[in-house]
Amino acid sequence: MTNHWNDIANSDCILIMGSNAAANHPISFKYVTEAQARGAKLISVDPRFTQTSAKADIYAALRSGTDIAFLGGMIKYLLDHNLIQHKYVEHYTNATFLVNPGFKLPGDNEGVFSGLEGSRYDKSTWSFQTDDAGIVKKDPTMQDPHCVFQLLKKHYARYTPELVSRITGTPIDKLLAVYEAYTATGAVGKAGTIMYAMGWTQHTVGVQNIRTMSIIQLLLGNMGVTGGGVNALRGEANVQGSTDHALLFHILPGYLKTPVASLPTLAAYNAKFTPATKEENSLNWWSNYPKYSASLLRSLYGHEVSLEEAYAYLPKLDDGANYSWLTLFDRMYNGDFEGFFAWGQNPACSGPSSNKTRAALGRLDWMVNVNLFDNETGSFWRAPGQDPSKIKTEVFMLPCAASIEKEGSITNSGRWMQWRYKAVNPPGEARPDGEIISELHYRLKDLYAAEGGPLAGAITQLSWDYGPKNAAGRIRHLDTQMIAREINGYFLEDVEIKGTVYKKGSLVPSFALLQDDGSTSSGNWLYCNSCTEKGNQATRRGSVDKSGVGLYSDWAWCWPVNRRIIYNGASVDPESGQPWDKKDPVIFWQGGKWVGDVPDGVAAPGSGRKPFIMKPHGVASIFGPGLAEGPFSEHYEPLESPVKKNLLSAQMNNPVIKRWDREGSGAAVDARATSDPRFPLVCTTYRVSEHWQSGLMTRWCPWLAEMQPGLFVELSPELAKLKGINNGDAVMINSIRGEVEAVAVVTRRLRPFNLDGNIVHQVALPWHYGWVTTRMREYVIGDKKPEVFTSGDSANLLTPFIGDANTMIPESKAFMVNVSKKGA
Amino acid sequence: MSQKIKLYDATKCTGCRGCQLACKQWNSLPAGQTENHGSYQNPQTLNPSTWLLIRFDEIAAGDDGVKWLFRKDSCMHCSDAACVIACPSGALFHTSHGTVALDQKKCIGCKQCTIVCPFGVPQYDPGTEKVAKCDMCFSRLENNLEPACVKACPTGALQFGEAGEMREVIKDRLAALGGEGRLYGDQFVGGTHLLYILPADPRQYSGLPIRPQVPAALSTWKDILKPLALLAPGAVLAGTFFHYLTKGPKDVTEYGRKGDS
Repeated sequence: MTNHWNDIANSDCILIMGSNAAANHPISFKYVTEAQARGAKLISVDPRFTQTSAKADIYAALRSGTDIAFLGGMIKYLLDHNLIQHKYVEHYTNATFLVNPGFKLPGDNEGVFSGLEGSRYDKSTWSFQTDDAGIVKKDPTMQDPHCVFQLLKKHYARYTPELVSRITGTPIDKLLAVYEAYTATGAVGKAGTIMYAMGWTQHTVGVQNIRTMSIIQLLLGNMGVTGGGVNALRGEANVQGSTDHALLFHILPGYLKTPVASLPTLAAYNAKFTPATKEENSLNWWSNYPKYSASLLRSLYGHEVSLEEAYAYLPKLDDGANYSWLTLFDRMYNGDFEGFFAWGQNPACSGPSSNKTRAALGRLDWMVNVNLFDNETGSFWRAPGQDPSKIKTEVFMLPCAASIEKEGSITNSGRWMQWRYKAVNPPGEARPDGEIISELHYRLKDLYAAEGGPLAGAITQLSWDYGPKNAAGRIRHLDTQMIAREINGYFLEDVEIKGTVYKKGSLVPSFALLQDDGSTSSGNWLYCNSCTEKGNQATRRGSVDKSGVGLYSDWAWCWPVNRRIIYNGASVDPESGQPWDKKDPVIFWQGGKWVGDVPDGVAAPGSGRKPFIMKPHGVASIFGPGLAEGPFSEHYEPLESPVKKNLLSAQMNNPVIKRWDREGSGAAVDARATSDPRFPLVCTTYRVSEHWQSGLMTRWCPWLAEMQPGLFVELSPELAKLKGINNGDAVMINSIRGEVEAVAVVTRRLRPFNLDGNIVHQVALPWHYGWVTTRMREYVIGDKKPEVFTSGDSANLLTPFIGDANTMIPESKAFMVNVSKKGA
Repeated sequence: MSQKIKLYDATKCTGCRGCQLACKQWNSLPAGQTENHGSYQNPQTLNPSTWLLIRFDEIAAGDDGVKWLFRKDSCMHCSDAACVIACPSGALFHTSHGTVALDQKKCIGCKQCTIVCPFGVPQYDPGTEKVAKCDMCFSRLENNLEPACVKACPTGALQFGEAGEMREVIKDRLAALGGEGRLYGDQFVGGTHLLYILPADPRQYSGLPIRPQVPAALSTWKDILKPLALLAPGAVLAGTFFHYLTKGPKDVTEYGRKGDS
């Protein structure tokens, strides 16, 4: 979230799209309800009429996978009606920038942007015109046909309400009602917010869904203000934290880039990833990149290993290599792995095309399953239909501690790092994940010390000052407070900065003081300021809101530097410094300084400082050449779709997604069936309030299992009649990749879509279930039986093996199935 | 102690069922083995170990629309409580908060309350041969805590407080809703201590009586027979006799049995 949970209450219009927040983020509705009580409008856009829709002022249905068409229409609407916040767009975005005349839009280029070569883009035309001094050329009047604003206008002019309605199935009057209500927040002082979740991300165009909304938010001046922002509702309490600390393969902590093979030295690495700008008044914060990379290397290997040597130790990706989920499981399926740690996850239910995932697990030599309970992953070899005698994989179960059985921090969706204390000891042999990792690390160190190996120093030299040590210099147990301090970072020498001497061994007060010469450490520069000589800021519990706009700045700590609303430099007029919203300002100038939130990127009022300091040019990107499929978003059909062609262009699917499907050949787990009469129904997966993720923590809880005891599928009365299905019937849902049994919930909350004159039905089912907690499976001595059985298996048995072109997140929210009465 | 009111403002309820779970947790009520019968609502009705149930009703609205209504079904805590009147053993009683609590030790399992309650709230458990129902967390109220369901509610749909203060809250909320909310519970049975603000006509909610009342026959019982019975040396015996006269021998159902394995 650019803003934070409490801030939703400040909004004038809340769009919930790609999310069912009322059911899946119930606490968020404390703030949604508060905003509504103050007169805010709530809009719900969803293929299903959900618990969120039940509370909304406006509900609009759309076919799964057509969000860009829907939002593209909103961009056209607000441009046609001149509803943009002009001064904001002119000063704080790149709308005025002139683009390379060679750049072509999809409308003029068969549905793709200029530069497509096979399945990737040569982005050389996605660039800006510069003058002799290298400064980007601009047209403040935004009239030049090559300026971003005019290109934007031209691009989305194709998204007429009529065409959008034919694609999305949303009636035109509903489209216009949503457009009108939301774009009203373009008025100065008004703010609209978006709350989205997996309904937007889990598509082959997931990132572009969000980008489309980002463009809308910039045009309406909704970024950096109270009640605005682009707000991702995370699916777990600590997804934000785990991402910040580099759970993913392509980043190091603090969103530093993973080194690649073609960058053999730290100097080359820093040069590659440190952006430069000629722009006046642009702070270009990432110019500090070498300070953060050096401090991270110090945190990993300590003061005694030179920075270049430490960099050499870091693993390097082959250039262009991808180690995301889909790639890893495809390789596992093809027998390329010997071993696998399934750590705090349940891939047999949570990964796409579960039959593929389950088969892949059987091609390992060993697997370590670290979890609270037995699950479909750890027990995959004895799943119904499996023959254990034919599976070679040896599975080790390591029980771990639950969140309340250990101390540490979580970082919530709103970027708040909050400290949690241990309430009870873990049961039996269960240990905190960190202890398991620590033990594993010592075993690896011993093995490398004894046997050597390539770059053995990468392991043997790792610093590990995470707790009180025994005589052998090894830690006796993890002290998470020490980890918090290392993440913040230390001065490793006496350092003098602007006349102040910071003593060796003291904690660095803020990332602005990190150094590139190796004199500081920081495990994650973004968290530098979280645990300082003033103490661990995440433990703070100040419950007084001095700001009056719900910032609660003394509660826990928020990255970066306790700034609660990022980009807040854009919340004030560029000339006068007056807040756009005088009633609920994030910051305001008083007595020669900014008051309110920690100011972001602003100097004194009227100084001309550009507020989007993480962008080289200091302004936000309406034209965003960084993504794989284009600098603007464009509607493409999901990999599996009910329509034969994309009504917008000749290009059916996102042209740059990595494809595993082999139409007409190859394994069934990779097959796809698009506009195939055998699979005529659009399907999406979702979550319910009562269960969490693959259901592993909730299916075992009898109270929760009682409320949602098994897999069900929601379908309209019209479709039910067509298929001879009654409410409560057992039905089979099939995709080309698999099938699941479910109970039919026949409901008017799903309506047939009229797509360009054709009636298309959509169905939807939750994905929380799995065979381990069912009544039908075989239980042997020692197996725990649930107090309340659940029924049904994972909805991911149906989902396709395909992902977004940028992130590779699987497309679980739009695919094709059939439904039939069981036994019919 | 002063009169308390719990408000359920259905206009703010999202059907998240945090209250349904919190009720079970605080009162240590077991879960039963359930099945999906084509609805989110589960268990399908109140039962001896489910004292609070969120009901889900779908109503057609316009040509192509739908309304999804949520309702918290649990004891209404009537001022003129049929169950208390009918209870021969004194197990059901009015507390000093105005709520209706149940002392299970005194319950003789006569089931009179299950017959006379206009809301169908008390539930007979053939296993324990006693009835069970929401007591608005009497143990919490006695310790100046709000009911568990109220504490769990994330949206403010459930609120709790002194009757006078809550009437102000209700007045303000109804004014803010501008005719879109209706109060339910103040018009009958002497007024209830659980009040609803509903966004729709009460007739659109399943299982919600429009004119709930204390059965007329109970007046006789209340005014004449009950004082006599209580004077009798064995109120328990009288109650049992009364029960036998009206209901006949014990009927055992499978209702609400905990799932076996």
